[in-house]
Amino acid sequence: MRTLLLRSLFARPVTIGAPSPEDAALAEVGAALEAQARRLFGRSITIREVDAGSCNGCELEIHALSNAVYDVERFGIRFAASPRHADVLLVTGPVTKNMKVALERTYAATPNPKWVVAVGDCACGCGIFAESYATVGSVEAVLPVDLHIKGCPPRPIELLRGLLALLKSATSG
Amino acid sequence: MADDALTEILDLAKALDVLAPWPRFEVDSNAWTQIGHLLKAGDADMLALWCEPHAVHLALRAPASDACVVSLAISDGSFPSIGQFHPPAIRLERTIHDLYGIVAKGCPDRRPWLDHGAWELQAPLGTRPSAPVRDPADYAFLPVRGQGLHQVPVGPVHAGTIEPGHFRFTANGEMVARVEERLGYTHKGIDALMAGSDIDHAARIAARISGDSTVAYSFAFAHAVESALGVEAPARAQVLRGVMAELERIANHFGDIGAICNDAAFALAHAHCGIFRERVLAVCDRVFGHRLMMGCIVPGGVAADISAENAAEIVAVLDDLTPRFAEIVKLYDDTPSLQDRTCNTGIVGKELVRRWAAGGYVGRASGRDFDARRDIGYPPYAGMSVDAPVLERGDVDARVWVRIREAEASMKLLRGWLAAIPAGPLQTALPAVREPREGCAMIEAFRGDIWFWLRVADGRVERAHARDASVFQWPLLEAAIEDNIIADFPICNKSFNCSYAGHDL
Repeated sequence: MRTLLLRSLFARPVTIGAPSPEDAALAEVGAALEAQARRLFGRSITIREVDAGSCNGCELEIHALSNAVYDVERFGIRFAASPRHADVLLVTGPVTKNMKVALERTYAATPNPKWVVAVGDCACGCGIFAESYATVGSVEAVLPVDLHIKGCPPRPIELLRGLLALLKSATSG
Repeated sequence: MADDALTEILDLAKALDVLAPWPRFEVDSNAWTQIGHLLKAGDADMLALWCEPHAVHLALRAPASDACVVSLAISDGSFPSIGQFHPPAIRLERTIHDLYGIVAKGCPDRRPWLDHGAWELQAPLGTRPSAPVRDPADYAFLPVRGQGLHQVPVGPVHAGTIEPGHFRFTANGEMVARVEERLGYTHKGIDALMAGSDIDHAARIAARISGDSTVAYSFAFAHAVESALGVEAPARAQVLRGVMAELERIANHFGDIGAICNDAAFALAHAHCGIFRERVLAVCDRVFGHRLMMGCIVPGGVAADISAENAAEIVAVLDDLTPRFAEIVKLYDDTPSLQDRTCNTGIVGKELVRRWAAGGYVGRASGRDFDARRDIGYPPYAGMSVDAPVLERGDVDARVWVRIREAEASMKLLRGWLAAIPAGPLQTALPAVREPREGCAMIEAFRGDIWFWLRVADGRVERAHARDASVFQWPLLEAAIEDNIIADFPICNKSFNCSYAGHDL
C-alpha cells in the first residue's frame, strides 16, 4: 500500500480537460434564469439526484461524473444527500406513476431558488416508456424543467457540458 | 430421484410443441400443486413464474437437467398458489395479481406488490381492468412486536445516486431486527409495452430493462427470438456477443468492488476501481459506439463490428488493467480496517440461497454452484471452460471475492476471444413466420441469471416476460441484514447490488 500511495503522490492527474458548455444548453438555461431572482453561488452548485423510474443507465453515467477522470467537484459541482442542501434537482427516468409523489415532495423540499435538470431521453419526454400506463411521460409533466440533457444515457462529458452551462448562467448574473 | 419425481409428473402432462429450446407442458391443478411440493422439497429450482390472461406459467429446472416450463390454464380467475409451499413464489404471485387480477389461491401474502394504487388502472394487463380503489399510502408493513423497538423508514428517494425503493428498518438500538423492502417504484409496464410491438422495437425495450445489464438483456431477448424462429446468429456475432457480455461484467464488477470499499470508508480503492471502470467504458465507446453497448446486440446477430485494431485496443486496456487490478486486490486483502467491515457481515445461509435459487455472486458466495454460462452452455460459452468460483461463507467479503475472481476469469475469456474472432457476417435474417412460436433463454448477466420468454407471430412480439436475477436476491438481502447494525446496511446492500428497474419491470 505504501508504494501505491507514494506512486499516487507523484502520478499525474487522470482528469480530462473541461468541455465547453453547449450553446443550446446555455441558451435554454439563460432563458430559464431570466425570470428568476439571480443569485451568486460563489461559482458552485449542489445537486440532488432523483431517479424517478429510470432503467439505471443514466445513474451509471451520473456516477461516473464523480470518478477521478471527470471529477466534477473541481468545477464546484457537488452532490448532496438531501434536497434541503440542493440548488439543482437532477431528475432521470420517464417518471413512473409510483414515483410522482416522491418527486413532487423532493421538489417541495428543495429551497428556492432552484433549478430542475432533466437527464436522459426518458426524462426529456422522448423515451421508449412514454406510452406506458405506468409512466407520466417526462419530468416536464410534473415539474418545471430548466435544462434538458438528452441521450440514452447521455455520456458523462455531455452531462458535464450541460452542468457547466448551468453553472455559467447561474453565476454570470 | 428428484428428476424421477418431476419426470413422473411431466409424463402425465400434455407436451406442447411450441417452445424452444426447452419443452413446455400443460398441467392440471393437481400436477401444479405437486410441482409446488417438489419445489418445497428442494428437488427443483424455480426459474420464473409469470402470467397471461388465460394461463399461468412456471419455469423450473431439476439439478443437472434442462429447464422446462409448465403451464396451467386459468378459467375462474385463480390458480393454486405455489407460494404457500415455496416462499420465493410469493412476490411473483403478488405481482401476477397486481398486473392481471388473477388470484393465487392460498398465497400467504395478499398485499399488493408493484401496484401502489397510483396507476389509473387496476390489473392493467388483465381481461377486465378497473379503476383503482386504493390509497397509495395505505400499505401494511409486517408487524414487529417487542420491547425497545423503533422503526426507521428509508426511501424511496435515497441519499445517494441510486434507484428508488423503500426500506422499513425495525431496530433495537443499532441492531436490526428486521428490514422489509417495498419495491415497485420503477415499474414501467414492460410486459405491456412489449405485447404487440414489432421485434426491433421490443429489442429496444429489452435493452432498457436494466441499464447496467443492457448487454445481457439484449442477449437474452435475441436468444429467445432466435430460439423461437429456429435461427442461429453467425459465428462472428456470437463471439462478439461474448466479448460485449464480458466487458459489461468486468465494468460492473470494477465499479461495485470500488463502491463496496467506499462504503467501508476506503476511498482509495474506490478511486482506482472508478478509473478501471471508466477505462473499460471508454474503450467500449470507441469500439462499439456506446459506453454501455446499448442496442449492440440485436435479434439475429450484432449491430456493431470490430476491426483487428479495435480488438488490439481492448487487449491493450486489459494488459494495462490486469496488474493494476491485482494491486488493488492485494490492497483489499491486506487492509484490516476493510476486512473488519466485510468479513462476517451480511451473511446469507446456504439453505436460503438454495431455496431461492439465487444466482450470480449472491448464490456463488453461499455455496450454490450455478453459472448459466457453464451450466446452460449457450454460445459462445458452450464447450468452453468458464471459471465460476464458489465460496461458502456467504458474507460481504465472500461476495467481493467471487466478483474479483469473476473479473479475472472474464479478462481471460476476453483475451481468448479477441485473439481469434471468426470471420463472417454479423447478422442472420429473421425468417417471416406467421404462426405463433415461443422461445426462451437464460443468460448470465453480471449479477446472475436472467430469464426471458416470449411468443412471436408475424414479426411481432405477442407476449414477453423477463425475470431479473434480483427477483430472487432481494428477499435474501432482508435475511442478510438481520442481526447486523443499521450502519452496515449500505455495505450489505452494495455487495448485493440488486437491480430495482430489473425487479420492478
